[in-house]
Amino acid sequence: MLRIQKTLNQFRGHTRGAVTGIMAAALLAGTGVATQALAQEKTITAVMHSGLRVLDPIITTAHISRNHGYMIYDVLVAVDENFQPQPQMADWTISDDNLTYTFTLRDGLKFHDGAPVTAADAVASLKRWGEKDSGGQLIFDVTESLEATDDKTIVWTLKEPFPALLDTVGKQSALPPFIMPERVASGSADEAVTDYTGSGPFVFVEEEYQPGVSVTYRKNEDYVPREGAPSWMAGGKEVKVDTVRWVTMPDAQTAINALLSGEIDYIEQVQIDLLPLLEASEDVVVETRDDLGYQTIGRMNFKYPPFDNKKVRQAAMMALSQEDVLATLIGNPQYYKVCGAIFGCGTPLADETGSETLTSGGDIEGAKKLLEEAGYDNTPVVLMQPTDVVSLTAQPVVAAQALRQAGFNVDMQAMDWQTLVTRRASQAKPSEGGWNLFFTNWMVPEINSPLISPMLNGRGDDAWFGWPEDQKIEELRAEFIKADTPEKQKEVAARIQAHNMEEVLYIPLGQYIMPQARSTKLTGMIASPVPVFWNVDKVE
Amino acid sequence: MLGYIIRRILAVIPVMAIVAVFVFLLLRLTPGDPAAIIAGDMATPAQLERIRTSLGLNDPLHVQFITWVGLLLQGELGTSLISNTPVTSMIGQRIWPTFNIAVLTIVLSVLIAVPMGVLAAWRHRTWADYAVMAFSVLGFSIPVFVIGYIFIQVFSLELRWLPVQGYKAPSEGLWAFLSRAILPCLTLATIYVALIARMTRASMLEVLGEDYIRTARAKGVAEQIVLFRHALRNAAVPIMTIIGTGFALLIGGVVVTESVFNIPGIGRLTVDAVLARDYPVIQAMILLTSALYVFINLVIDLSYTFFDPRIRY
Repeated sequence: MLRIQKTLNQFRGHTRGAVTGIMAAALLAGTGVATQALAQEKTITAVMHSGLRVLDPIITTAHISRNHGYMIYDVLVAVDENFQPQPQMADWTISDDNLTYTFTLRDGLKFHDGAPVTAADAVASLKRWGEKDSGGQLIFDVTESLEATDDKTIVWTLKEPFPALLDTVGKQSALPPFIMPERVASGSADEAVTDYTGSGPFVFVEEEYQPGVSVTYRKNEDYVPREGAPSWMAGGKEVKVDTVRWVTMPDAQTAINALLSGEIDYIEQVQIDLLPLLEASEDVVVETRDDLGYQTIGRMNFKYPPFDNKKVRQAAMMALSQEDVLATLIGNPQYYKVCGAIFGCGTPLADETGSETLTSGGDIEGAKKLLEEAGYDNTPVVLMQPTDVVSLTAQPVVAAQALRQAGFNVDMQAMDWQTLVTRRASQAKPSEGGWNLFFTNWMVPEINSPLISPMLNGRGDDAWFGWPEDQKIEELRAEFIKADTPEKQKEVAARIQAHNMEEVLYIPLGQYIMPQARSTKLTGMIASPVPVFWNVDKVE
Repeated sequence: MLGYIIRRILAVIPVMAIVAVFVFLLLRLTPGDPAAIIAGDMATPAQLERIRTSLGLNDPLHVQFITWVGLLLQGELGTSLISNTPVTSMIGQRIWPTFNIAVLTIVLSVLIAVPMGVLAAWRHRTWADYAVMAFSVLGFSIPVFVIGYIFIQVFSLELRWLPVQGYKAPSEGLWAFLSRAILPCLTLATIYVALIARMTRASMLEVLGEDYIRTARAKGVAEQIVLFRHALRNAAVPIMTIIGTGFALLIGGVVVTESVFNIPGIGRLTVDAVLARDYPVIQAMILLTSALYVFINLVIDLSYTFFDPRIRY
C-alpha cells in the first residue's frame, strides 16, 4: 500500500501543471482502485492552533513545534497528570547523597531509521537541550558530569543536590528534552536541525510537509509502547490509526464548516464566539481537555520611568481587574477563571496571596492615591497593542482604560505581533523606540514553577523582557531549588508569590481555557495540555 | 515584432533590478525580527542574538544584499529563515493551486461575461442591459468572503454537493480537483464577470456606433456575425487588457478566497511570510509577481495585433 502511495506521490510531483494535470486526470481513471485501497486506512485530519513552520523543537518555544516534537520524538522521563515524573524511555535510580542519577534505557527502543537508541544519543540530546532550556541551564550549572557508561546507561552526576531534576527533565513545556540521534543532537543549539529522525510513536513524512499548510505523520510500526494507561506525556503511547495529518486553516469559520461537513476530525482550539455553531451538531463534541489552560499577564519595563518606581507599579496593578480583562477577552465565564496565583490555579504551588484587588475588580481610588504618593509626573506609559493576534487584542484596551481612570497618561500604540516581539527586545527609552508595558499569555505548565517561569528571573539585563534587577527573587529561587519536599517547595513558592505581588514583577490577569471540538468518530483522546494522538481511534 | 519582443524582455532587467533593491531595503527598514519568531516567547536577549548571527542577520546590509543577489544570479532563491525549506520548493508547492484556480476563474468569467456584455450592448437600454448592469454593481459591491460563505452554506452544508474546503491537484482526479475548485472559482468569478461584462458592454457600445457596423448591417450580414466577428473583434483590445490584468491579480494571490476555502496558494504564503518577516520568501514572491506582471503585459500587448491589425510593432 505504501508503494502505491509513493507511486501516486511521484506521479503528482511530475504532473503538477494545470494543462498536463487536467489531461493526466482523464488518463488516470484507473487510479480509482488505488484510492479505494488508501481509503481503508485510518487517517485523522486535525486543524491545529497554528501552522508548523519550525521543525526543531529545541530551537524554539513555539507550542506547535513542541507538539510536533511529542509526535516524532520520545523523552526519557515524563510528568503525568498528577505532576509526578514517570519513566518513559528510561527508568532511574538515585544515589543516597542525591548527587548521582543513573538512567537505564528500556529494551527495544529504535529510531525511525532502524538504529537502536543508545545512551550516547540521550547524552548528546540532553546537552543540546541544556544549552537552550532555562530549567536545563539550572541543572547544568550544578552538573559535575553527564556520561553514557554503556549503550543503555546514562550517569548524571551533580555537584550539589537538585531535587527538582526529574520534574525538570520530565516537563512538557516549554522545551522538553526530546531524544534525537547523536549525529543530529551534536550540532549547534542555535541552528535548527535538518534531520528529523526520532524514536517516537509517529514518523514525520518529510516529502508531504508543506510549511504552514500541512504536515503528515505515519504510525511508527516499530514503536513499543510502555505498559500502562497514558497519562499526559507518560504511560503507554499506543497508536491506533495509520496517519495523522495536521492542517492549518487560517479562517476559523472554514475549520468549523469543515468539521460539520466531516472533512476534518478535530479542531485544537475553537474561538469561543463560534461555539454555538458546533454545539447544534450531533456529530461533533465540544470539550475541554486541558483544565489548566492559559494565564494572561502584563509585564512592565523596569528600566525606565514610570515603572522603575515600585509604587507606580503597585498603583497600576491596583487599577486592574481580572474580571474585566477576562470578560472582554473570552466573554463566556464557563471558559475563564479569576485567579490570583502566579503559578496558576489548579497546580500544586498555587497560592493567591496579594492578589485581592486584581480578583475583586480593581481599586481605582486606591490606585489614584498610590500614584499621588509615588509622585507620578504624568510620564507617558507606552503600551504596545498587537492587532493581529485574537487572544492578545483585548487586554491592552481594557488595561488602558483602567490605567487612564487611575490617572496614568497612557500612550497605546497599535502594531502587529512581530513588531511587538521585536520592540519588546529593545532596551531603548520608551520615547525612542522602547516601551513600558505589554501583555502576553502563557500555558500554565510554562509558569507553574519558579524554576521555569520566565517572569521570575531578577538578573537585570539577562532577565526576560522588562529586565528587573531583583536580588531577593534570585535568593528565593535558589531556596526553591534546594527545597527537597513538596511542603518545603510550597512554603517557598508562597513567599515568591507574596514577593511578586509586592514588587509587581508581573501582573497575573487570570486563567482561561480553550475548548476543542472533535468528530464523534474519534474515541479515546486523553486529557492533556499537549494535544496528543496516541490512544485515539477513529471508528466509522 | 521579434525586435519588439526582445526589447521588451530586455527591459525587464532594469525593472527587476530596481524592484530587488527596493524590496530588500524596504524589508530591512520594517520593524520585525525573524529570530524572535523562531525562538519563541521564552528566548533571552542573548539567545536571540545567537540565532540572528547564525542566520546572517547581523551581517552589514551590503553583505546581506550581495549574498542574496549572488544566489539569485545562480537561480537560487535561498532558504526560508523560519522553516529552513528552500524557497523554490515552497513556491513550487504553492504556485499550482493558485495558477489552476486563476485559469479556471478567468476562463469561467470570460465565458459568462463576454456574452453578457455583448447582450447588454446589443440590447442597449432594455431590461437585459439593466439586468447585466445590476449584476455588475452587485458583483462589485458584495465582499468576496461573504459570497464565499454563502456558497459554502448552500452548496456544501445544506445541499452537501461539494466539499467545504481544500485543494486537490488535477492529477488526483478531475472530479477531486473540480469539486474543490468550483466554489472558489465561482466566488472569484462574481467579481471578474462584473468587471469584464462592464468593459465588454462599454467597448461594444462604442464600436456598434461605428460606420462600418452600419454598413455591414445594411449589406445584410447576419446579426451574430456583425456582433461577434465585426464588433467584438474590434472591441477586444480593452477587454483583453482587463482580462490580462485580472489574471495577473489572481496569480498575485487572492488571499481572502484562499483563506475562506483553505487553498494552499501563494497569496497565503506571502501573507504568512510577511507576518513572520521571512525575508527570502517575501523577496522571492515579490520578484516573481513583478516578473509575472511584466510577462502578462507583454502577452496582452502582443495579442493586440491579432485583434486589431492596424497595430504594428
